[in-house]
Amino acid sequence: MPALQPGAMEASKPYVASDKINTAIGFPGELTEGWEGRAIGRMGELLRKYRSLKVYLDACVHCGACTDKCHYFLGTGDPKNMPVARQDLMRSVYRRYFTLPGKLFPKLVGARDMTREVLDEWYLYYNQCSECRRCSVFCPYGIDTAEITMAGREIMDSVGMGQKYSNEIIGKVHRIGNNLGLPGPALEDTLLGLEEDVKEETGVDVRYPLDEKGAEVLLVTPSADFFAEPHVESLIGYGKVFHAAGVSWTLSSHASEAGNFGMFIGNYEQLRKIAMRIREAALDLGVKRIVVGECGHAWRVAYSFWNTLAGIGAGADDPFAVQLQSQLDHRYPQPQHICEFTYDLIQRGALTLDKEANDHRIITYHDSCNVARASRMGDRPGGQFDIPRAIIRAVANNFHEMDPDTTREKTFCCGGGGGLLTDELLDLRVKGALPRMEALKKVADGNKVNFMATICAICKAQFTKVLPFYGFKMSMVGGVHQLVSTAIRLGPKQ
Amino acid sequence: MTVASTLYALLFYAATLILVVGLGYKIFDFARTPAPLKIPTTPAPTTRTGVALRMAREVVLFESLFKSNLWIWIFGWLFHMALFLVLARHLRYFTEPVWTWVALVQPFGTYAGFAMAAGLAGLWARRFLVPRIKYISTPSDHLMLALLLGIGVSGLALRFLSHTDIVGVKAFFLGLMRFDWQPLPDHPALYVHLFLVASLMIVFPFSKLLHAPGVFFSPSRNQADDPRERRHVAAWAAQFDAKN
Repeated sequence: MPALQPGAMEASKPYVASDKINTAIGFPGELTEGWEGRAIGRMGELLRKYRSLKVYLDACVHCGACTDKCHYFLGTGDPKNMPVARQDLMRSVYRRYFTLPGKLFPKLVGARDMTREVLDEWYLYYNQCSECRRCSVFCPYGIDTAEITMAGREIMDSVGMGQKYSNEIIGKVHRIGNNLGLPGPALEDTLLGLEEDVKEETGVDVRYPLDEKGAEVLLVTPSADFFAEPHVESLIGYGKVFHAAGVSWTLSSHASEAGNFGMFIGNYEQLRKIAMRIREAALDLGVKRIVVGECGHAWRVAYSFWNTLAGIGAGADDPFAVQLQSQLDHRYPQPQHICEFTYDLIQRGALTLDKEANDHRIITYHDSCNVARASRMGDRPGGQFDIPRAIIRAVANNFHEMDPDTTREKTFCCGGGGGLLTDELLDLRVKGALPRMEALKKVADGNKVNFMATICAICKAQFTKVLPFYGFKMSMVGGVHQLVSTAIRLGPKQ
Repeated sequence: MTVASTLYALLFYAATLILVVGLGYKIFDFARTPAPLKIPTTPAPTTRTGVALRMAREVVLFESLFKSNLWIWIFGWLFHMALFLVLARHLRYFTEPVWTWVALVQPFGTYAGFAMAAGLAGLWARRFLVPRIKYISTPSDHLMLALLLGIGVSGLALRFLSHTDIVGVKAFFLGLMRFDWQPLPDHPALYVHLFLVASLMIVFPFSKLLHAPGVFFSPSRNQADDPRERRHVAAWAAQFDAKN
C-alpha cells in the first residue's frame, strides 16, 4: 500500500482538444465566459437523465472500502486517485448547487463552488480514471466511479474543455470510419496482404473479405487489429476460425471499428451515433449474425448497449428494433463475441487444434476490465472469465493463473483504458500498470510465464508500451486468437 | 404539560414530517430518474429473482463490503445489525399491547446497544487511524458518528445508569401517535437522547444516510444482466429511435 502523496499526479494532464476538434463533433470550441453556469446546468440535466449519477452522488458514506482498490492510486499514491476522492471532486459541487446542506453549510459538508480551480482539478483527475469499474465491485452500494468520470467528462465537453485524444478519435470515426483513420482502400490492401501471408504460412486460401454483401457474419473489430502488433495476429486467427467453420463473413469499411469512444466521454448521443454505424452496415450488407473481435470496451458497448442504442439484440417490439431483428438469425446471440463463436466450435469438435504448436509459450490470462465487470459471454454469469480460459486450454498446454486477487472481477486495468492511451499520459500509464505488472512478475518468476493473453486492443497496445518499463519483453502480450491462430490446423478435417 | 413536553411533542412531529416527506421525496426522485443504459457490475444475475437475492445479500450481509475490507465490514455490520435490534426493541414504546416478537427481542436489544456503540467507535477510530480514510473524512462524517454514538451512549445511560420513567415515555409517544398529548418525564439523559434522535430524523433525507434507500436504486446492483435478450430504453432516449 503506497503512502499518501498529495499532489503526486498534479502534472499529469492530457492535451486539451482544439477548437476544431471540439466543434467537429458538436461541442463548444473552447471555454468561454459564463461556463460555470452552463456546467452546472449540464450537471442538472445529467442528474435528471441518469439515476446512476444521482444515486451515487447521494449514497456514498465515505466508508473507505474503495480507497485501496484503484490501480492509479496504488501506482501513484496520489490520494485524489482514490475512487471516493475522485468522486468527491464532483460530489462537492453537487452538494453546493443541488442539496440543502451544501447551500446552507458548505464547509460542514465539504461543498464547493464551481470555479476554474475546481474545473482544472476535474480535468486532471477525471483524466486519470480508466473507467474500469474495479471500485464498483467493492463498494457496498455499487457506486461506480466510471459513471462519475463519464459525467465529469461530459460536463467538461459541454463547456469546451474536451480531451484531445478521445475527441479527435471520435471525429475520425465519423469522418473515415475507424479510430485509426484508415480509409477503405488502405483497409483493402491490408486485408489482401493478410491473405497472402496466411497462404504462405499455411498453404490455404483463407479469406479476409471486406464489404461482401450476403455474407452470413459481419465481424466488427477494433481497427488496431488491421495493422498493429500484436493485434493483427488475432485478426489472422479470426479469419482462420471462420475458414475452418465454413462460415462466410465480412468486414465493413463503413463500420471498420468496434471501439466506441463515445462511452469514454460519457456522451449518449456520440455513443449512439457511433453504434448506429454497425446497424447501418449490418442492414446494408444483409448479414445474419454480428460478431465482435477482441476489444474490451467495444464488447461492453456491443453486449450491454447495442440493443439499447441500435436495436442489435432481441426482445424488442418497437419498429426501430424489429427492422434489424427480422434480418438477424436468433438461434445465435446477437451480438456474439468472437470467443463465444470459437468456443462453440471447439465444443462441437469442429476445429482441428494442435496444442503442441503453442508449447513454446507458458501462458497467463489478463481479464480486461470492461469484459470482466461490464459484460458477459455465454449463458451463465462469469462466462466472460471461463470461455476465454477454456479456449486457451483447448489450444495450448501451459497455462497458469495470476494471483486471484488480480483476476476475474477483481482484475486490474492495464493502465491505459478509458481514453487515456495517449503518449502525454505515459507516466500515468506506466504507474497505473503497476498492480498488474506485480502479479505478472510473480507468475513470470514462479511459473516461467512468458506470454500474457488478453482480449482487448487497448490492453494489447498499453502492455506493448509499458512492459519494457518493468523489464519484460513487449512481445510478451498477445491475443487469445493469436494462440488459436498458432494451433489451428486448416484444410480437410483429419 | 410542561414547556419541555410541548417542545418535544412539536419537535417529534416536525422531525417525523421532515423524515417522511423528505425521504419520500428522495425515493420518488430516485425512482423517477431513468437508468438509460444497462450497467450491472458483472458477473451479475440474469434474472429478476437473482437480482433480488443479490440485493438481499448486499443489504443483509454487506457482501461487497465483506469482499472489500474486513475491518470496515466487522464494524459496519456490527453497528447496523445492532441498530436493527435496538430499533426493534424500541417498538415497545410505540405499540400497545406489545407484539410478542418485540417482547422476545428485548434482552437481545439491550446488549445490542453495546455492540452498536462498539461498532461506531471502531468506525470512528478508523477515521483517525487509517490515513486514507482520514484524508476523505469531512466534518459531517465526524458529526454523523458523534450523533449516532451520542444516541447510543445516552440510550445505554438511560438503561443502565440513570433510569427514567419508561411508562411515562411510552405514554408520551402513544399520546403523540393518538394526538392526545401526555407529559414527557423530566429527565436530563432522556432529553438528550430524544433530542439527538429527532436530529437524526431531521438530517436523514439531506445526508449520506440516503445510502439506505440509495442501495436499492443502484443500477450496478439492481439491474439484471440480460441486455442481449431484452431491449432496455429510457423514455428520453427512445425519442432518438423515431428520428431514423
